Amino acid sequence: MAKRQRNTALFQKELVNEALVQSFVKLNPRIMFRNPVMFTVEIGTAVMLYVTVYSMMSKDTSEGSVGYNFSIFVILFLTLLFANFAEAIAEARGKAQANSLRKTREETPAKKIIANEIKVVSSSSLIKGDVFICETGDIIPTDGEIIEGIATIDESAITGESAPVIRESGGDKSSVTGGTKVLSDKIKVQVTTEPGESFLDKMIALVEGASRQKTPNEIALTILLAGFTLIFTIVCVTLKFYADYAHTSITIAAYISLFVCLIPTTIGGLLSAIGIAGMDRALRANVITKSGKAVETAGDLDVLLLDKTGTITIGNRKATNFYPSVGVDNEKFIADCVLSSLSDETPEGKSIVELAKSQGAKTQATDALLKDARFVKFSAETRSSGIDISNGVRIRKGAFDAIKNLCEKAGNQLHRDMEVKVKEIASNGGTPLVVSENEKVVGVIELQDIIKPGISERFERLRKMGVKTVMVTGDNPLTAKYIAGKAGVDDFIAEAKPEDKMNYIKKEQKLGKLVAMMGDGTNDAPALAQADVGVAMNSGTQAAKEAGNMVDLDNDPTKLIEIVEIGKQLLMTRGTLTTFSIANDVAKYFAIVPALFITSIPALQALNIMHLHSPASAILSAVIFNAIIIPMLIPLALKGVTYKPIGASALLQRNLFIYGGGGVLIPFIGIKLIDMAVAFFI
Amino acid sequence: MNSELLGVILMFVLTLALAIPFGKYIAKVYEGEKSLLDFFAPLENFFFRISGIDAKKEMNWKESMVALLTINLVWFLFAMFILMNQGWLPMNPDHNPSMSSDLAFNTAISFLVNCNLQDYSGETGATYLSQLVCFTFLQFVSAATGLAAAAVVFNALKARTTKDLGNFYNYFIKSLTRILLPISVVVAILFMMNGMPMTFDGKNTISSLQGGTDTVSVSTGPVAAMIPIKHLGTNGGGFFGVNSAHPFENPNYFTNIIEMIIQLLIPMAMVFALGYYLRKKKFAWMIFGVMTLGFLCLVIPNMIMEQHGNPAIAKMGVDMSAGAMEGKEVRFGTPASAYWSIVTTVISTGSVNSFHDSFMPLSGMNEMLAMMVNAFYGGCGVGILNFFIFIIIAVFISGLMVGRTPEFLGKKIEAREMKIAVVVTLLSALLIKGGTALASYWFAANPVTHAGWLNNPGFHGFSEMLYQYTSSNANNGSGFEGLGDNTPFWNITAGFVMILGRFLPIIGPVAIAGILANKKYIPESAGTLKTDTVTFGVMIFAVIFIVTALSYFPALVLGPIAEYFSMIH
Repeated sequence: MAKRQRNTALFQKELVNEALVQSFVKLNPRIMFRNPVMFTVEIGTAVMLYVTVYSMMSKDTSEGSVGYNFSIFVILFLTLLFANFAEAIAEARGKAQANSLRKTREETPAKKIIANEIKVVSSSSLIKGDVFICETGDIIPTDGEIIEGIATIDESAITGESAPVIRESGGDKSSVTGGTKVLSDKIKVQVTTEPGESFLDKMIALVEGASRQKTPNEIALTILLAGFTLIFTIVCVTLKFYADYAHTSITIAAYISLFVCLIPTTIGGLLSAIGIAGMDRALRANVITKSGKAVETAGDLDVLLLDKTGTITIGNRKATNFYPSVGVDNEKFIADCVLSSLSDETPEGKSIVELAKSQGAKTQATDALLKDARFVKFSAETRSSGIDISNGVRIRKGAFDAIKNLCEKAGNQLHRDMEVKVKEIASNGGTPLVVSENEKVVGVIELQDIIKPGISERFERLRKMGVKTVMVTGDNPLTAKYIAGKAGVDDFIAEAKPEDKMNYIKKEQKLGKLVAMMGDGTNDAPALAQADVGVAMNSGTQAAKEAGNMVDLDNDPTKLIEIVEIGKQLLMTRGTLTTFSIANDVAKYFAIVPALFITSIPALQALNIMHLHSPASAILSAVIFNAIIIPMLIPLALKGVTYKPIGASALLQRNLFIYGGGGVLIPFIGIKLIDMAVAFFI
Repeated sequence: MNSELLGVILMFVLTLALAIPFGKYIAKVYEGEKSLLDFFAPLENFFFRISGIDAKKEMNWKESMVALLTINLVWFLFAMFILMNQGWLPMNPDHNPSMSSDLAFNTAISFLVNCNLQDYSGETGATYLSQLVCFTFLQFVSAATGLAAAAVVFNALKARTTKDLGNFYNYFIKSLTRILLPISVVVAILFMMNGMPMTFDGKNTISSLQGGTDTVSVSTGPVAAMIPIKHLGTNGGGFFGVNSAHPFENPNYFTNIIEMIIQLLIPMAMVFALGYYLRKKKFAWMIFGVMTLGFLCLVIPNMIMEQHGNPAIAKMGVDMSAGAMEGKEVRFGTPASAYWSIVTTVISTGSVNSFHDSFMPLSGMNEMLAMMVNAFYGGCGVGILNFFIFIIIAVFISGLMVGRTPEFLGKKIEAREMKIAVVVTLLSALLIKGGTALASYWFAANPVTHAGWLNNPGFHGFSEMLYQYTSSNANNGSGFEGLGDNTPFWNITAGFVMILGRFLPIIGPVAIAGILANKKYIPESAGTLKTDTVTFGVMIFAVIFIVTALSYFPALVLGPIAEYFSMIH
């Protein structure tokens, strides 16, 4: 696969510049208000500005020196900027990613059909319902559905996949995406989206924050953080009265510093960046999400419905063995197989010829026979295909019962050993393809599914995450069971019809499970809508894309597995940084509380376990640490905490140790180091 | 020393040994299964019939809480009436006066909410009628209220989706007839056999050793009726002013053991009851483990510090080999007193057998921490409710840490539940810190007018005020004493802290459980975070530690911690 080059550097220059500008724009209290934690910091900063100006004007030093107040003000201001920068850089990255996808489709000429005449207009003027024509070499101007024709299309601009794909009207592969290129043929396309309302546009709007709504989990976390903020408000307000009782005067700068240090600014500042980065990571995996909630839900999934073909097995079945019936010559049988398959363009047919060649069968001799032969195409009615050769020989191959009926109608009983063989093949996961010559069974071809290498390890990984995998296949139950066992899926739906998927999803949902599925056809649409996470393939029909809540640009059925991990990462990053942020407070207390009271209660020097230089340096160090920890954690917020499928309890243990334990220890070290530096200046 | 220590260990082990089977029994009672005491059924049915209650009618969480608040309001009015009129009502052989309105308000609430903060002294402030029909009665029903609320939560946590959480009145009556009454009767008999008075005769006149006309009046009364439920129901309100340090309330080491065991019995048993009720014994042991760890972290330092005595006094040449004996009874000694001091504060009893005011500064801090957490075993029924809030917060954070929307016992924890949990957590911080701030402000503003408030100004005085609100909020009822608390300011502010500190922390968990019960049940998968593991236990402990430490650190620094460092310098 020739994947399009993606820039994965966290901080690209132009993005950083844009984010810097945004950091200031976001200082607007009306925007800030959405984030209660940082909003309180903004209020604190405003108060410090006032105190600084006051102490400058009045020469009153009861609130500390001008320099000290000014330093606190600057650090608080930086804290705000850092938090804004985190959000802005996440937005910028997401937008850049989306824009690079969108760019291709901007201002391409479109051959619009107006009253049966073709008129070239700009792509941006196309509205839903318009019809345009694309010919070889044209860039498709916007998203739409083919209503006439068939074409090969290069979708590498969107998917990064260089191999061209076939799109045609009527079927499940009728959808085309703006920005892709028609390589051959001519299609008539109807526009399916209004300008600015395509999935990409929606995604960009989500990232930009215009329509970004907080997800339920984000809301719950914000409540918890607001709760902590309120507790610390109570702590700081009541401290004023306690200090009065203890005859200690505390400066406004010290109160605000204590408050800002205690409230969970680290997670508060990074929270929206984490959410945006989650969607951005999905986009980098070439998945467009219609809402942030979908990504979050993905982390919770319990059941994945996976189509067998393309996901679990490599594309199509391959012939692996020829079994002639009793009394039939092996070479003669293979020759029949080849004859019936030479004109058969299906992958199975080709694989039969290939197998025959590899067993030494000569195909040249048969060419003569094929001259006036009539090829009989596969139909759902006869469930067989074959060839009628001019010398009167009729060869058919097809499903066991179809051929059996055919032969029995003609009065030919088939040999018992054939029946045994057919069952044996089926129970080994193969598909028996029975071959008859002039309504007499001559043998059976074994077709086998080739399971993708490494797929069972991926299912094992999912199992450890607690996700159940379900294989959906049109195969009979026997074959399905064999492949399911071999691939390591937990369950399967055999002989699946579209409504079976729907019923299975409903059944699991009734048990309280969250179900995801992938689909592309119009008949998948109801199930995609029913599923908690429905991933539509970009090549799929418009109906499917509307029904799902994600669109996979790569049309890669294994993408669901990646999506689950992205969702888990998103939640974990939030959880671990919350823990880290709150655990930090222990050290900050030990820095600030002794600093507040040391002058009036010298015995409390014993609490200054970090041996910080002076009360002023202690407070400054704590506030500086509190500010710089935000930019230091931006990379982690953007990349996400690594997910390891080691079971929930082990994961909790690991994260509690790293982020909880680390959260307690790191600030002790950090504040001490900063204090040593600050001590030089005061 | 060794026998003293052994005594303490024996008390703990005996309690545990009794709590496990008793927990199983409680689970049976609330499940409505057959049990030994089914002969009470006619009595229960009689009560239901005369009050017109259909005990089989299922109630949702809101109906249960309305029922709880209604019956509590009735008792409050009843108690106010008795206390404000006790002077002329019968059964007053000592001719004690009626209570003033602010004292009656404080006292009525105090007993109603299972707090038993006593701003009066039993000998002179209450009549036998008040002691029995008001105090003892409220001690029974307030304990049953907590138990019934816990039963509603138990029911809500079952693996199913429903609004129906059983009948609150049924849980309430059964808590009385099947759990509290029978044990109280048995224990009362044991107490009487050990010399606890049970009489309506009024003060006794006793000749002193000098003989002749030198006599003392000694208060007695129907003490044995009250003391069992005082402990069993984690009430703690004593018959006499000095509570279980009084020889009539706690005649000897044996009664001390019994009082110790029965006050810890139900809080511990409720944990195991939860395990049996939900068929999740491992989960119960996890909770028990966390609670016990917290308990030990508080009780062991206290026993050591009290045993070591006060270094400042030792410097003066006073022998400290018996430990810090100021404010302690010689018959109990330092270990048993230190053990009691934490037992009575981790659970919400608040009875004392020694004086917390005289404990070492950091022992005092541990007592306050025990009440600030209020969930290491915790009060009768309500302890497990308080712990439930910590579980919800821990589940939420740890769920996020493993990358899954948090769920607890198959139910998703979402914004609404978090909101309630946060409000409940916030509330205790607000009540304790806000109350103390108000008192500090008042005191600092008028140190002369309020000089009578604090026996010891300075850090210790601050601790006394902090302790008072901590105890009120935790519905504990013990006092640091040394605080002149029978003033309208203290009576009224502490009264409100008690009401809010009682009912919101009951309604909150019940509401969360009720909302969870109504949610879709999600069976466990390999990705679900198991809540019955050691790791999760550590997580809960960390949440409790962090929330408490972060909320109260500055206040504790200015009180006991400053006092401690001043003492050793």
